[in-house]
Amino acid sequence: MTVSTIGNPMTRVDGRAKVTGRARYAADFNQPGQLYAVIVSATVGLGRITGIQAAEVERMPGVVALITHRNAEKLAYLPHKAGIDPATGERLHVLQDDTVRFYGQPVALVVADTLDHAERAATALRVTYEARPPLVDPMDPKAESIVPDTRGRVSPDRARGDADKAVAGAPVTLDATYEMARENHNPMEPHATIAAWSGDRLTLWSKSQYLVNEQAEIAAVFGMPVENIEVICPFIGGAFGTSLRTWPHVTLAALAARQVGKPVKLVLTRKQMFFTTGHRPRTLQRVALGATNDGKLTGVVHEGTGETSRYEQFMEALTAVTDYLYSCPNVRTQYRLTELDTGTPNHMRGPGEASGIFALESAMDELSYKLGIDPIELRRRNEPEKDEAENKPFSSRSLMQCYALGAERFGWARRTPEPRSMRDGRLLIGMGAATATYPAFHAPANARVRLLADGTVEVEAAASDMGPGTYTSMTQVAAETLGLPPERIRFRLGRSSYPQTPSHGGSWTMASVGSAIQAACIEAQAQVSRLATADSASPLYNVAAGELEWSDGRLRRRGETTGISYREIVAKAGAPIEADGSAQRDPEVAERYSMHSFGAVFAEVAVDPDVGTIRVRRIVGAYGIGRVVNPLLARSQCTGGMIGGMGMALMERTVLDSRDGRPVNAHMADYLMPVNLDIPELDAHFVDEVDPHVNALGVKGLGEIALVGTAPAIANAVFHATGTRVRSLPIHIEDVLTA
Amino acid sequence: MLPFTMEKPESAEAAIAAAAGGARYIAGGTTLVDLMREEVERPERLVDINALPLGGIRVEGDDLVIGALARMSEVAADRNVQRLQPLIAESLIEGASPQLRNMASMGGNMLQRVRCPYFRMLDAGCNKRTPGSGCAAIDGLNAGHAILGTSEHCVATHPSDVAVALVALDATMRVRGPEGERSFPIEELFRLPGDTPHLEHTLLPGELIVELRVPGGPYSRRARYLKVRDRASYEFALVSAAAALSVEGGVIREARLAVGGVGTRPWRLRDCEAALVGKRLERPAFEAAAHLATQGARPLQHNHFKVELLPRTIVRALEMAGEVA
Ligand SMILES: Cc1cc2nc3c(=O)[nH]c(=O)nc-3n(C[C@H](O)[C@H](O)[C@H](O)COP(=O)(O)OP(=O)(O)OC[C@H]3O[C@@H](n4cnc5c(N)ncnc54)[C@H](O)[C@@H]3O)c2cc1C
Ligand code: SF4
Repeated sequence: MTVSTIGNPMTRVDGRAKVTGRARYAADFNQPGQLYAVIVSATVGLGRITGIQAAEVERMPGVVALITHRNAEKLAYLPHKAGIDPATGERLHVLQDDTVRFYGQPVALVVADTLDHAERAATALRVTYEARPPLVDPMDPKAESIVPDTRGRVSPDRARGDADKAVAGAPVTLDATYEMARENHNPMEPHATIAAWSGDRLTLWSKSQYLVNEQAEIAAVFGMPVENIEVICPFIGGAFGTSLRTWPHVTLAALAARQVGKPVKLVLTRKQMFFTTGHRPRTLQRVALGATNDGKLTGVVHEGTGETSRYEQFMEALTAVTDYLYSCPNVRTQYRLTELDTGTPNHMRGPGEASGIFALESAMDELSYKLGIDPIELRRRNEPEKDEAENKPFSSRSLMQCYALGAERFGWARRTPEPRSMRDGRLLIGMGAATATYPAFHAPANARVRLLADGTVEVEAAASDMGPGTYTSMTQVAAETLGLPPERIRFRLGRSSYPQTPSHGGSWTMASVGSAIQAACIEAQAQVSRLATADSASPLYNVAAGELEWSDGRLRRRGETTGISYREIVAKAGAPIEADGSAQRDPEVAERYSMHSFGAVFAEVAVDPDVGTIRVRRIVGAYGIGRVVNPLLARSQCTGGMIGGMGMALMERTVLDSRDGRPVNAHMADYLMPVNLDIPELDAHFVDEVDPHVNALGVKGLGEIALVGTAPAIANAVFHATGTRVRSLPIHIEDVLTA
Repeated sequence: MLPFTMEKPESAEAAIAAAAGGARYIAGGTTLVDLMREEVERPERLVDINALPLGGIRVEGDDLVIGALARMSEVAADRNVQRLQPLIAESLIEGASPQLRNMASMGGNMLQRVRCPYFRMLDAGCNKRTPGSGCAAIDGLNAGHAILGTSEHCVATHPSDVAVALVALDATMRVRGPEGERSFPIEELFRLPGDTPHLEHTLLPGELIVELRVPGGPYSRRARYLKVRDRASYEFALVSAAAALSVEGGVIREARLAVGGVGTRPWRLRDCEAALVGKRLERPAFEAAAHLATQGARPLQHNHFKVELLPRTIVRALEMAGEVA
């Protein structure tokens, strides 16, 4: 019998540590003798620093150093780009010159003996500027869009057939533009770094979703060997992508620690988290659809533009879903960027896909009304047999099963098609649906397994757990593969010295790190088998490998019950048995299949016809994501993603003052996101899906797709309730007031 | 945050003497400490009034008397408040968050500072924070700002919810200062910004809020507070309305109406009240009265929607009040 743990709703192995406060986050690793650094942020949106009244501040109580471009060490900034860094452009060099590129850019760093002293001095510092008006509004006539330079990574333009002609000549057409606001990630935990040098070695306790890249990036910035840096981050209090890149504050902490010769702690304020740590770019999109009268798509055009900074071209998969989501012979997608005087955006949960699908799925909904066809039926009529952009089969695709399951659980049959036709008392009720999809990515990953003589197992990988439950799900993979109860597994992550893994984003942690752990466990078993069969004193002496079976922590000859426990084998070996494993996707399989997750999201809203308040009443999602390693964690991922999608649909918006580029609502009371009272019944279901191609574990990833699709489902429900089509997110009271 | 001293006197006299000498009172600290951390408020001396006997809620005849130190959560949960003045309880529950309400005092609530984002940013012009520095909101992002009672020097709304209810209900305030005690209608506490937006209230130096008194009226029980906002909790009002009606035989005998989120102070609507009296308790009467509310409204670039939303909110609040059994 094998202990089956994959698929079990195991509760979080780190749950107790988290709720009892024993989990240590980056800012908890206070070092003896540490000093505190506070960033001074630019108060103009573009220009040059002309004066820094340093002397007064240097004399203030407790101040140890005031670091500005005038006295900061000149840093190497060697070329270094990871996959999460924009392919084109150069990262912000911090405190290296007098240029101000955007509002909030760090212009000085105060280091003091206490946080209070550092804050006080930072507030007191007077910096003067020669300022020019920045351009921060992509709608400004002066804003120009450019063709992104993708350096061959992906093409910004794709086409099959002649989409524009097909749309123009179609019996039924729709042509509309959609807008989405800038969003900031706003995790609970702020960015934090504690930097400590010991000779030429640097330790960073730093909030990161990509430790090995933080290590490599800081090595490049300081021009030092990668091995001399260790990054430690065992826990993350939410990130949603903001900690994928290594931002200037990490450099600042390390620079300050070197300059003052003591460990330095630097924690960003909530306000500063709207300046230099990325944001979901504001986007403008046009979707044009052409269809036959019976709802078969004949042409699809999707043009999208995202904002980026002046110094880096941030790109995301804004129009990518349109290439493969529906069957249509004529499809043209186009991606452009608008360079603005702001910091560089970065990936935020469901990046690109979530924004792009809002436009496409709103347009499909609009088309369904024009055609008088049920929105789900419209999708069914355009369900492709294969990925028509790549001309490849899907490794698995369960979109129609998702719609069927979701519709049943949601009660879609009760929906009456006419807008404004459903009511609950005075309230207008609306039901909407939308497709969700996200690529099933995979990246090379490594892991190490160590079998100890006491019968427990240590598993290590330089991975992160920003909330999905990596600690738990990886424990399950190791337990299942080794045939051990999960209590015997100790999975460790969050150290750059552990075996290398890809970034903790893009929904590939389970697929990549999980597969690597599985491989390491299999390798450890092979070692154990070799030892057991080579030992003349062992009951398995000379047994052929093919006859061996591994279960319940014992190795035995197939069909026999006794065998030998690996605890005995390890004890005999006299030292822990260590095995490394790595996993990557077979390039041939990757070439052969198009690999994506799919889902269907349903939302019900109630709109107050008098005062325009919009409340989400329930959301049901059904997803095809391959194997579900832990249904409890998977459900939690989905409900979290739905809440993020609610924020995108109805609340989240970073507003910039066009006069100086300042984010005006950089405050938790002013940047709205759902609070408990907003969050309705949320329901997630998974269709049975077996995908043998994606990876050895058969998992497709879930974190990102969980947010994709929710916003258009809500927007479509708002239309169904009110008859007013709002093409700009977030939808606020004023948008439906005249409904 | 700048250094400051704090004392905690046991007697009101000592507290008042300290305040008359330039110290600032601190009660729950939810406004004051928040702003001190950002150096928007820079008091050098604080007087913690929490040891003074200013708490409690009591009933005197038809009046409800609320101590200045009574916490928002305590007042909202009080049986007498819920029974005699449900409008007060409802407006409190709609404000802030449970954690804040547990700390925040009723006196402090009356004197909370504005939520205009530029007020909190030391690098923005703000006449209220730094007189003469200009108003960044007038030509800036002003969707949340006022349409009534504004001046060319300041357009910030008064943020309190419960103050709207208190103003509607003709509540009075008792204060004690170096010269003794006085009482006055709460409505008179709040100043219009005019050309002195940094002066927000009419308390004299050292004056301590002692208690709030809410007179009972035939309309007190048929009263509702409606707060309209983009999320269900923990957000200030875009528009809010406190409506109280006295009805006999389907005809409105008396009406009390005040609105929030639109005025530079809690905004009483006496014209609308007068227009309701003698009318049947029906929507057309509400609409006709609500129509008067936006007279003199001066919307800014981003808050035109409030001109539309205000009458709708009033109509709905009146309807809700009318539905109270
Ligand atoms: C994030 C956030 C959201 C909020 N949302 C809402 C909301 O939706 N609706 C709402 O109505 N309010 C809201 N509030 C405001 C909150 O209600 C007030 O901060 C609170 O009521 C202030 O009371 P306090 O006791 O904490 O005052 P303090 O901060 O202690 O004092 C505030 C001011 O009052 C003065 N003061 C206090 N007591 C007295 C007294 N007895 N006599 C004279 N002067 C005195 C102080 O000197 C100070 O100037 C919110 C606040 C925050 C921080
Ligand atoms: S509206 Fe008032 S508070 Fe806001 S910036 Fe202008 S003066 Fe300051």
